[in-house]
Amino acid sequence: MIAELGWLPPPPLDFRQRCRALLEESGADVPALVRLATCALDENHLNRLARVVEAMRARGGALAGLTPFKLGIVSNATIDTIVPAVIATGVRLGLDITCVSAPFGLGVQAALEPDSTINAARPDAVLLAFDHHRIGAPPAGDAAAAERAVADALRAIDAMREGFRTHAGAISIVQTIASVPAALFGSFDRAVPGTSRRLADAFNAGLVERICGSQDVVVDVAALAESVGLEAWQSALQWNVAKFAFDARFVPAYAEWVCRVIAALRGKSRKCLVLDLDNTLWGGVIGDDGLEGIVLGQGDATGEAFLDVQRAALALRERGVVLAVSSKNDDAVARSAFREHSEMLLREEHIAVFQANWNDKPTNLAAIAAELNIGLDALVLLDDNPAERSLVRGTLPEVAVPELPDDPAQFASVLLAAGYFESVAFSEEDRDRARFYAENARRAALRESVTDIEAFLRSLAMEIDFRPFDAQGRARIAQLINKSNQFNLTTRRYTESDVLALERDPEIFTLQVRLKDTFGDNGMIGVVVARPSDPGEWEIDTWLMSCRVLGRRVEAMVLRELALHARERGIGRLVGRYVPTGKNRLVEDHYPKLGFALLERDPSGATSWLLDSAVEIEPAPMDVVRSGWAPSGAPST
Amino acid sequence: MTSERIYEELTEILDDVFGEDDLVATPELTAGDVPGWDSMAHLRVIFAVERRFGVKFSASQIDGLANVGELASLIESKLAQ
Repeated sequence: MIAELGWLPPPPLDFRQRCRALLEESGADVPALVRLATCALDENHLNRLARVVEAMRARGGALAGLTPFKLGIVSNATIDTIVPAVIATGVRLGLDITCVSAPFGLGVQAALEPDSTINAARPDAVLLAFDHHRIGAPPAGDAAAAERAVADALRAIDAMREGFRTHAGAISIVQTIASVPAALFGSFDRAVPGTSRRLADAFNAGLVERICGSQDVVVDVAALAESVGLEAWQSALQWNVAKFAFDARFVPAYAEWVCRVIAALRGKSRKCLVLDLDNTLWGGVIGDDGLEGIVLGQGDATGEAFLDVQRAALALRERGVVLAVSSKNDDAVARSAFREHSEMLLREEHIAVFQANWNDKPTNLAAIAAELNIGLDALVLLDDNPAERSLVRGTLPEVAVPELPDDPAQFASVLLAAGYFESVAFSEEDRDRARFYAENARRAALRESVTDIEAFLRSLAMEIDFRPFDAQGRARIAQLINKSNQFNLTTRRYTESDVLALERDPEIFTLQVRLKDTFGDNGMIGVVVARPSDPGEWEIDTWLMSCRVLGRRVEAMVLRELALHARERGIGRLVGRYVPTGKNRLVEDHYPKLGFALLERDPSGATSWLLDSAVEIEPAPMDVVRSGWAPSGAPST
Repeated sequence: MTSERIYEELTEILDDVFGEDDLVATPELTAGDVPGWDSMAHLRVIFAVERRFGVKFSASQIDGLANVGELASLIESKLAQ
């Protein structure tokens, strides 16, 4: 996952063409460049993108909106492949990086000569990219020789740091060293001075000790190598052929690791983790499944996976990351999990801003950023729903939105691997920051909706499918009728044989609704039953929908369909009822929003509504597919 | 995989490495014909080929290729194994 930058969405299929377009245009479309950089790019992609960056710079100088950073690089290995990767990866992290490098292997000279290429360029920082070859190979078992080898290597590092500080005014970014996987003694290597493992450990410990408290910083290449696997990390062939310190397929991850440290130095790390709730912090939909129905906790593999997500969020909070919630949910229902569910690790006091409502996510994210008084570029959104992720990436590109696999067991590790909260320091103040925000943040006011929702809906390329009840859909219809709580106007429950009876009754109008979009088939997402009440009148007995498709104007399309069939059968009046259950407040205003007029209001809170079936209802951007009605009954549109 | 398909993939790889969409992989094409095809670019081509076709080359194979035709036959023989 790390080697492939699995937290980023895949590059667009026309990546080449888009690069070419940016190469050939006259200006510098930096936002388009950043969008391309924010994909899971391989080495070739990065190389191509770096060429685009160079061309844009040649045309217009610095890249507008990105932070310029001049990076020197010294290494005992080949860095030709690293330089373009660092330039392109920098764009992903908001940096406009230019590189200046020393000739192969000449790190010490580059640092100590005041007018060396690197010193003369006055870089902001110099990357000291050395691997295990820099330590030398003392004979295994010779403790004194091993100690000398490590001390010499560290002394050389110190000399370079001092040289770059004095002559270039630059800080040093120093790599830790990955050990070689091949063991001489086997497990006993741990006990023998001078083995690769012992040398690397001693070097890394010594390095961290001297860098802590200095102006310089570490990039933990040893940890990266361990994470992807030492055996895969080093390629003897690539070292022999071209002196590559590590297998070229890890160049993208390596560049990301280096650029994260630079971004952190420039204060670009993110500050706030925004959490979705249903199927992100727990399994299931609390509005439908109820407090007791959600999957969370020990003893169940899925429940434990969600505990891991909560644990990771809490650990981030402990180190100063602010937590917020953005969820399409009823506020009271969502909060009940935080207050009452015994397995919840996250509690209300951990959440600085709690946004559970039916607004779209971009609106809520903007409200969260405003409430915390931080930029959108400080937010990370963790959300299991690919449509929400895509909407946020499209409308608020500043917000980081990690891709998540289907399996919740991987959510926590993907979030942490994505490195959004990279730091170069940690203080007591950081620890208290999350608390500070939580105490000060008031519940954010809802902001007006983002305006280009229409464009987003069109981009979903939705196809809505209408059919009367049939044998194929029967089981799912019964399931929806018995399970849906939130988007359910009357909450009438029917068994499967009841459903069969409705299906067979020619007086009753039935409708099952399916929806497809660019992300795939959502399956059946709606059920409607209408029955004759007075002559020329239908009462909408049942209208329910899946909350997955909220905010897509599916309701309007369903009503259009209902009205078409009503007109077809000479029905002029449509009567809708809303029966409150405590769980369906979401649809309290369903009918008035669709243009129905109030008929009556019961003391119980139930309401009845009327619409003329001839009223034109504005369609939503989606294609309509319809089947299963006899030709005579089929509407003409 | 057909030989034709291999050349199509190689053309895409050359496009990736050199950023030249009018560069077509032919059996006779050599590094000398392409501006910028130095030893580092050669490795980029080789590594991209390894990733795309799921094959591995030895050092002597990497160094011993005279033209794109030899590269294509080597890929073909490795895929056949």
